[in-house]
Amino acid sequence: MSTLELLGFGSTGWGALLLAGAGITLAVTAAALAIGAVLGAIVAAAKLSGSVVARALGSAYTTVFRGIPELLIIYLIYFGGSSAVTAIGQAMGYEGFLGLPSFIAGALAVGIISGSYQAEVFRGAYLAVAKGELEAASAIGMNRALRFRRIIMPQVMRYALPGMGNVWQLSLKDSALISVTGLAELMRTSQVAAGSTRQYFLFFVVGGALYLVLTSLSDQVFDRAERRANRSMPSAMGQV
Amino acid sequence: MDFDFLSSTMVTLIKALPVTLALFALSVSIGCVLALLILWMRVGGNRYLSAFAKAYVFVFRGSPLLIQMFLVFYGLAQFSFIRNGPLWPLLREPFVCAVLSLALCTAGYSAEIFRGGLRSVPPREIEAARSIGMSGFLLVRRIIAPIALRYALPAYSTEVVLMMKSTSLASLVTVWEVTGVAQRLISHSYRTMEVFLCAAAIYLVLNFIVLQAMALLEYSLSRHLRAPRQRARPEA
Repeated sequence: MSTLELLGFGSTGWGALLLAGAGITLAVTAAALAIGAVLGAIVAAAKLSGSVVARALGSAYTTVFRGIPELLIIYLIYFGGSSAVTAIGQAMGYEGFLGLPSFIAGALAVGIISGSYQAEVFRGAYLAVAKGELEAASAIGMNRALRFRRIIMPQVMRYALPGMGNVWQLSLKDSALISVTGLAELMRTSQVAAGSTRQYFLFFVVGGALYLVLTSLSDQVFDRAERRANRSMPSAMGQV
Repeated sequence: MDFDFLSSTMVTLIKALPVTLALFALSVSIGCVLALLILWMRVGGNRYLSAFAKAYVFVFRGSPLLIQMFLVFYGLAQFSFIRNGPLWPLLREPFVCAVLSLALCTAGYSAEIFRGGLRSVPPREIEAARSIGMSGFLLVRRIIAPIALRYALPAYSTEVVLMMKSTSLASLVTVWEVTGVAQRLISHSYRTMEVFLCAAAIYLVLNFIVLQAMALLEYSLSRHLRAPRQRARPEA
């Protein structure tokens, strides 16, 4: 079979499946980034809080989840999550093994990892907000919620954007590891295609090229977002 | 908690530790040399070499390590000229393939880190060195390399920790290092949490040691920047 047929969209081609895999890779990464944003915000708040216990817990989270291999965390969530789901099933009277869906397990695992990186991004962004602006806001009588919404949030989002771009790229590449749970994302699809056609080199090169497309496209998206976020800033302050 | 199970798991995992350490040491040192080579191509002034180095960094930083590793392990074996070639006894080994792909990948990241260090060398230091007649290798050895290394070290220690974590991917090309053994234990015993805790502890200790070592190196390289220690020497 010719290379074009193998990569084509016909009944013997893998083109459509590979593109679908790339779509699932994007979806699982986006879900992971959203989970990670929530976790990261909580952990960043803990690390910035006045309580010693909260600070210690926050640092423990970022140290542990940045210090152990991603693959190990994916195994923990996938196998551990499945036994938890099975235990809940048995408590509700269902006999037998229940699996945690691999999309959810994968998004959760990569989300927990990206949360530990996002926590540092958010913390850095918060610390970059000028102290004088916070004092000015208090001085004119804004309460905490209003100050958060009007002063802190808009600036943190702008300062965090470059770091979020890095975390997104990291998570996009980490999402390839979810293939070990059998989720048919881009890595897994390339693997299956390579195995069943015996064209390992071809399909791994094509899969890698699709990842390059995803990473360079998202690079451009983040570049644009940064330019837009900084449109009100003088050009000397780190505008692209 | 079942401490017998925990300790027997720990013993089994520590038996796999030498493989993880060998993967780490070999890939970091080979990757470092490759990174310097790529850096030299990138800044050397030759247009074609520089374009090659740019493309190398783009490819290896833009795609997941796992797909690179599978490309080396499964992809190369597909060609008969490699299977019949002189390097086949080496490339047949999963361990060699894992080291090769880890080194190629970290070379891309490290080259960029080293380039960042190189760019932060103040031009006036180079001018000063030139003006007293230093050139070529002497200039690199005495002025550029020490300053660039010092600037690159914080980012490079992050990269080295990432490499320690990346060695776990070798288990997916059948190299039995710590994560691979942990996965086998989990699927035999279904005691995810206990095995995970043991493996996590091993990696956290390894990364702690690596970070301490890098911090020590950074400290010893910045001796001239620290305040001189007060010596209790009587004034003559």
